[in-house]
Amino acid sequence: MLRRPENWLKALDRSSDNLIEIRDLMYSRGSRVIFKDMNLTIKRGEVTALMGPSGTGKTTLLRLITRQLVPQHGAIFVDGVDISSLNQAGLYELRKRFGMLFQNGALLTDYNVFENVAFPLREHTNLSNRLIRHVVLTKLHAVGLRGAADMWPSELSGGMARRVALARAMVMDPEILVYDEPFVGLDPISMGVIVRLVRRMNDALGITSIVVSHDVAEVSTVADCSYLISDGKVAASGSPDELHAANSELVRQFMHGMADGPVAFHFEAPNYAEQLLGRDAE
Amino acid sequence: MNTLVRDIYNSIHEFVRTFGAFQLFFLRLIRHSPRMIVRRPGLVVKQIYNAGALSLVIIMVCGLFVGGVLGLQGYANLSRFNAEDSVGTVVALALIKELGPVITALLFAGRAGTALSSEIGLMKATDQLAAMEMMAVNPVRRVLVPRFLGGVVAMPFLVAIFTCIGLFGAHLVSIDLLSVDVGAFWQQMQLSVSMDDIHEGVIKSFVFGVVASLLAVWEGYNAIPTAEGVGRATTRTVVISAIAVLILDFMITAVML
Amino acid sequence: MQQTRSVEIGTGLFVLLGMSALFFLTTQTTGGDTFSASDTFKVEARFENVGSLKSRAPVAMSGVTIGRVTSVVFDPDSLEAKVTFVIDAKYDKIPDDSDASILTAGLLGSQYIGLQAGGSDTYLEDGSEIYFTQSAIVLENLIGKFLVSSNSGDDE
Repeated sequence: MLRRPENWLKALDRSSDNLIEIRDLMYSRGSRVIFKDMNLTIKRGEVTALMGPSGTGKTTLLRLITRQLVPQHGAIFVDGVDISSLNQAGLYELRKRFGMLFQNGALLTDYNVFENVAFPLREHTNLSNRLIRHVVLTKLHAVGLRGAADMWPSELSGGMARRVALARAMVMDPEILVYDEPFVGLDPISMGVIVRLVRRMNDALGITSIVVSHDVAEVSTVADCSYLISDGKVAASGSPDELHAANSELVRQFMHGMADGPVAFHFEAPNYAEQLLGRDAE
Repeated sequence: MNTLVRDIYNSIHEFVRTFGAFQLFFLRLIRHSPRMIVRRPGLVVKQIYNAGALSLVIIMVCGLFVGGVLGLQGYANLSRFNAEDSVGTVVALALIKELGPVITALLFAGRAGTALSSEIGLMKATDQLAAMEMMAVNPVRRVLVPRFLGGVVAMPFLVAIFTCIGLFGAHLVSIDLLSVDVGAFWQQMQLSVSMDDIHEGVIKSFVFGVVASLLAVWEGYNAIPTAEGVGRATTRTVVISAIAVLILDFMITAVML
Repeated sequence: MQQTRSVEIGTGLFVLLGMSALFFLTTQTTGGDTFSASDTFKVEARFENVGSLKSRAPVAMSGVTIGRVTSVVFDPDSLEAKVTFVIDAKYDKIPDDSDASILTAGLLGSQYIGLQAGGSDTYLEDGSEIYFTQSAIVLENLIGKFLVSSNSGDDE
């Protein structure tokens, strides 16, 4: 699974290829339709950002791409393969090509930092302890936490936990790294570290990155291409600059953080005056 | 009226569905079990430790006092018929056939079962199970199966230890405190306790071990992944385990009579 | 590493403790039936009344358990109870004219079959039947007889 230079070159070479394609996706939870007729492509070797207001189902979309959820309608292709056609074994093979960074890190609380990073290796390979130690320390060094190898997840700050999770996500040398809200709740320094890591991992390892976020400023600095998702559809797409310049009201509201606009400040509610006068009680 | 009928229909439907899902879940655990025992015995050992060794103190303390109170009550009531010598028989049969398995199972549900379901529920709430899925590791196999097996293995041993300590407690009370004859105590017991009684106790402890561990793992795995949901799952584990253990105890006793 | 070691030691101790508890229970609390021979032969006997004799009850000779009752059924032809029991195969020199009686362990204890050796030169073997039998003593009958005999004694 180690990515060799020729693969890396090939990845660059085929950078115009679409690694992930979503076609006519429909997904609903209960009676609530989350995505409808959604089309989206993610290019090989790029950092793609999926942005949108809270509650638009960005995380759901990630879970659909990694088939933790199955769409009601439509298809998702990863490297040309329709993932809904895979059986359990095929799915697990596919997932070995993914590395995912969960919002809160999702480190295993039973194990210390070292064992957390070593976990996929111990599960999937028969490497010797020495070799595992080598690989794990290398990955921890890459995220700057080699010194924290003996710490426990509960002793880590939010930013550190996320960096450990990143090291764990990379340990099997995946082709696609998926970040779920990597910038939420971090202090500016940790945020800067993560932003830098996202970009560096992508370019140095020649992988494809998908970042789900609603932090416009951070995304603008790392993403090659952004999708703005709203109302179950792709509302706008393009490079950060293109989005900034777009004149759609929704895009403007989101990119510039305006309180009111197409996404209303008020949640749907009965008429204010009537409710205050108590008419709805009848 | 119509809605009442529909509500009843819906709740019956839901109950049957949940029950079916529960059976399938059980089969899934069983299917993955042999592989985990062979390939990852260390994981199972760790869970035997969690479910068994860590429950020892509570089991032993409770066993001592349950045995002691059986000795007291047995003596008080048997002495009315001048049959104090049978106190050993009464205590041993009660402990081996009924109280050992049942009380141990209830304590197990309260100590190890809640620990299991809250642990698994928290792993779910903090995305640890999803993270395993994403690392191409089956969380049912990696997380649930060892915990289930740990409980199943630990329970019969816990029951045996509870019963022994209980006998010791009864011995302490009736012989050292109430001066029943030691020889009569053991001889009467040995005359009336047969291998069948021990078998009944062992079968019960095994069944209760399976049920209590299965329920704990099931509730944890199906917990709503929030703090409140995990709390509720933990409570349900204790309540449902207790009900299931007592109903099964009745059924097994009736069958084995 | 240190942690897994202590887990292993703890588990080992726990399992050992559990096993010794189980061993203690099976050996120290039971004793009534120590009969567990696997190599046995089958013997039959008919009784007028078996009292409360049940299958699994011990078969003893001179107070030592040598076998176990396997079935107690009513025989509609002879109108008697037919008791089948097995005897450990190493006791192959029991005279075939020995008699079997149903006895009670203690005053109110459980019932068992006691064998009293006869004097024959042929021995019990698989499928033999014991013809000399003595029924269980039923307490009610005993009391009844006692009352009748004391009444008749008064008349004379």
